[in-house]
Amino acid sequence: MDILVQTLADGLVIGAFYSLIALGYTMVFGIIKLLNFAHGDLYMLGAFVGYTLLSVLGGDSSGGGLMGILIVLLLTMVIVGVIGMGIERVAYRPLLLAPRLSILITAIGVSLFLENGSMIVWGAQYQVYPLQLSHDGISLLGAKITYVQIGLVFISALLMLGLHLFINRSLYGKAMRAIALDQTACHLMGIHVHKVIGLTFFIGASLAAGAGTMAGAYYGTVNFMMGFVIGLKAFTAAVLGGIGSIPGAMLGGLLLGMMETAGTFIFGGSWKDVVAFSLLIMILVLKPTGIMGEKVTERM
Amino acid sequence: MNPSRKKIAVVLLLAVACVLPFLSNNYWLDVATLALFYVVLAQGLNVVVGFAGLLDLGYAAFFAVGAYTTGILMTVYQWSFWLTLPVAMVFAAIVGVIIGAPTLRLRSDYLAIVTLGFGEIIRILAINLTITGSASGIYGIPRPSIGGYVLGGQIDFYYLNLIIAVLAVVAVKRLGTSRIGRAWMYIREDEDAAEAMGINRINMKLLAYSIGAVIGSLAGSVFAVKMSAIAPLSFSFTQSIMILLAVVLGGLGSIPGVVLGAVLVIALPELLRSVEDWRYLIFGAALVAMMLFRPQGLWPARYEMKRGARRSKTEEATEGGSGNDVKLDNEKCNA
Amino acid sequence: MTSSLTMKNVTLKFGGLTAVNDLSFDISRGSISSIIGPNGAGKTSVFNMITGFYRPTAGQIILAGNQLVGKKPSQITRLGMARTFQNLRLFPNLTVLDNVKSGMHSRTSQTVWGALWQTRAQRREEQLIEDTARDCLRFVGMEDSCWRIAKNLPYGAQRYLEIARALATKPRVLLLDEPAAGLNYEEKEDLIALIKRIRTHYELTVLIIEHDMGLIKKISEKVIVLDYGQKIAEGTPENVLSNPRVVEAYLGKEEEAI
Repeated sequence: MDILVQTLADGLVIGAFYSLIALGYTMVFGIIKLLNFAHGDLYMLGAFVGYTLLSVLGGDSSGGGLMGILIVLLLTMVIVGVIGMGIERVAYRPLLLAPRLSILITAIGVSLFLENGSMIVWGAQYQVYPLQLSHDGISLLGAKITYVQIGLVFISALLMLGLHLFINRSLYGKAMRAIALDQTACHLMGIHVHKVIGLTFFIGASLAAGAGTMAGAYYGTVNFMMGFVIGLKAFTAAVLGGIGSIPGAMLGGLLLGMMETAGTFIFGGSWKDVVAFSLLIMILVLKPTGIMGEKVTERM
Repeated sequence: MNPSRKKIAVVLLLAVACVLPFLSNNYWLDVATLALFYVVLAQGLNVVVGFAGLLDLGYAAFFAVGAYTTGILMTVYQWSFWLTLPVAMVFAAIVGVIIGAPTLRLRSDYLAIVTLGFGEIIRILAINLTITGSASGIYGIPRPSIGGYVLGGQIDFYYLNLIIAVLAVVAVKRLGTSRIGRAWMYIREDEDAAEAMGINRINMKLLAYSIGAVIGSLAGSVFAVKMSAIAPLSFSFTQSIMILLAVVLGGLGSIPGVVLGAVLVIALPELLRSVEDWRYLIFGAALVAMMLFRPQGLWPARYEMKRGARRSKTEEATEGGSGNDVKLDNEKCNA
Repeated sequence: MTSSLTMKNVTLKFGGLTAVNDLSFDISRGSISSIIGPNGAGKTSVFNMITGFYRPTAGQIILAGNQLVGKKPSQITRLGMARTFQNLRLFPNLTVLDNVKSGMHSRTSQTVWGALWQTRAQRREEQLIEDTARDCLRFVGMEDSCWRIAKNLPYGAQRYLEIARALATKPRVLLLDEPAAGLNYEEKEDLIALIKRIRTHYELTVLIIEHDMGLIKKISEKVIVLDYGQKIAEGTPENVLSNPRVVEAYLGKEEEAI
C-alpha cells in the first residue's frame, strides 16, 4: 500500500511537469497543426534561465524566501515566453503554408539551435541548481510526501487552472479556437491571426519554462539535453490525452507520469523510456485520437 | 547538363575518388571514408524521405541493426563477414516491416514521432541487453578478408566503402526511375490520387521503408568491421538527424544532391574544427535557413530534365513555384 | 444492353447524417450517363463509394460482376474503374508524362528486382508504359506538353491531363467529377467532343457528375437526379429536366419562387 501511494505521489509530480509541457504541444498543434519539436527545449531553456536568475539574484538556500522563488519563476516564464514568440516569428510564420515536411525539419533545426546554444552559454556539464529545497514532508499511508512535492503540484494546478479560465472566458481563447477551425475565415473576420498564434506560442513556451524551473529545483541539476527526452514524453502525454485537447493534455501528463513511475517500479529504471515510447506507439497505432481528442476527418 | 557531359562529369568524379588515397594524408582519407558511409546512409534515407515522402527520424536504428548483427555474428559465432551481410540485410528488412506495418498508415508528423520513438527504443535495447554488450558495446570485431587477403588498412576500407557507395547510388538511381520509384513519388505527391491510380499505398510505403532499412544496415555492417568496435553512442538520435540533414541539404529525392549533402555534412565539421562547440548550432541554423530560403536543397531533383526535354526558363519549377511561373505559362499556351 | 455498373440499395451514413439514402441505379455498358443534383446532394459521395474511398453503410456496388464494396481503391482501379477529382488531384511536381504513367502502374508488374538489374522484361515494360502514356496524351491533344511540370499547366490543360491519366489505367468505366467546372464555352464544346471520342475509341462507359445543364443535355443518354441523398428522378435528359420534382429541387417550390 505504501509503495503504491509513494508511486502515485512521485508520479503526480513528474506528471505535472509532463502536463505543463504537453499543454504547449497541444495548443500549438491545435491552432496551426505543427508538431513543435523544439518545445522540449523551451523547458530546458526555462530551467537554465531560472538557474541564471537565481544565481544573479542570489537566491541562496534560505534567504530568498518563497516570494523570491515565485518571482524568479514568473520572470523566467515571461522571458522564455518571449523567446517562444520570437521563434514562431522567425522560423515558423514564413512557413505556415509550406509543406508539412519543411516546417517539421525547421522545428528540428530550431531544436538543435537551442540545445547547442545553451551548451555554449551554460556549458556541457550538469549544473547544480542554486537552490536547496527542504526534504521535510508528511507521512501519508506509510509514504513520504515532501512539502516541495505538494507545492510543485499546487503551482502546476494553479497554472493549469489559470490557462483553463483564460481559454474559456477570454476573447483570445475564442479566437484561438476559431483559428484552429479556419484560418482564412478568421483573417476575413478581422481577427489578428498572427497575434493570436504568437500568443499561443507565448503561453506554451512559458508553461514549459515554468515546468523547467520547477524541475531544476526539484531534481537539483540541469543540463542542455534535459529537454529532449522529456519533450518526447510530453508529446506522448499530449497524444495520450488526445492531441489538440487542453484538458486531454493535463490528464495525459498526469496519467503518463504515474504509468511511468509504475513501469519503473515493475521493470526497473533502465526501461523507463521504453515503457513511455512503447505506450506512445501503441496509442498512435490503436487510438490516435487519444482519450479526449476529437476525431479529425481527413480530407477527401 | 546534357547526357554526355553528365557522363563525363560522373567518370571524372569516380576517377578522382579512385586516386584520392594517393593524394591525401591519412587524416583526410579517414574523413573521405566516413563521407562514403554517409553517402550510403543518405541514399538509403533518400528512398524513404526523398522518394516516398515518409519522414523517418529514427533511421540510425537500421544502421545499428546492421552493425550489431554483423558484430555479434562475427564475435560470438565466428561467422565470415561476407556471410553476415545477407543476414543483416534480411534482418533489417524484417525489422523495417515490423516497425512499418502498424505505423505507416499514420499521418506524416505522427510517423516522424513514432520512428523517433522506435529509434530510441532500439538504442535503449542496445544499452540494456547483454548480447549487444550493454553500454560498452561490442569490441574485437575481426577484419574481413577476401581469399586470404585481410582488409586491414585504411586504404582497403576506403575502397570497400567506395564500391558500396557506388552500388548504393546506382541501385537507388535505378529504383527511382522505375515503376516502383514513380509509385513512391506519386504517394509523396498525393496519396489519395495515387491510390485511385491503382497503387497500394501501404505496400509501397512498406517497400520503401524496407529498402531504406536494407541500405542502412549494409552501411552498418561495414561500419562494424571498419571500426572493429561499436557502441550505442554511434546510433543516437543525433546520428539520425545528421543523415536526414544530408538528404535535406542536398535536395530531397535528388541523387547527386544527396551525395553532395552527405559529403558536406561530414566535411564541414572537419573544416569547422576550430569552432567545435558551435558545429551543431550552425547546423541547426542552417536547417532553418535552408527551409526558409531554399527548401528544395542545394542540388534539387529536377523531374522535367529528362532526355529529349525541351526546357524553357519558365518551366524551372521548384517546390512552391511562384504564381508568376504559372501566369507566364498561361500566356505561352494562349499564344 | 448489358449493365456495366450497378448500385443496389446503397446507403452511406456519417454518424447521424445520411449522405446517400437507399440509392439504386444501373448504368448500361457503353453509355454516357450523368448524375446531377444541388450542392450537397451526395453526388461526390457516390463516386467516393464506387471508387472505394468511402465504404457504404449498406448496399452493393457491382462492376461487371465484381462486388466493389469492401475493396480498396487500388483494387477497384485494377478491376477497371477510373476517376477524375472535383478539385484536381494531379501529382503537382511531376512531369505531365510521369503523371500519366501512374495510370499504367496497375497494368504492369515489374518489381525491385527488375529495376535493379535492368532486365530485358523491365526495359520492355518501361517502353510499354511510356508508349501507352504518350498515346493517352496524344488522344487528349497534350503530347507537346509531355515534359512540363503538371502544376504549371493552365487550368483547362490540368483537367485534360487528369482525364489522360485516368485513361492510362485502361478502365471499363470512367467517372468524371465535374469535368467542365471552370471551362469557358468553347472549352466545354471541346470537352463534349472529347468525351464522345473517348467512349467510342476506348469502348468504355462514362459516368459524369455535372452542374452544366447544356453539357448534360448534349452528351448524356441517361440522367440520375439526386437531392438530399435520394434519387428523385431518372431518365432521358428531356424527361428528367421537365420533371416538376427536379425543377423544385433546383429552384424551390412554385410559391417560393419569385
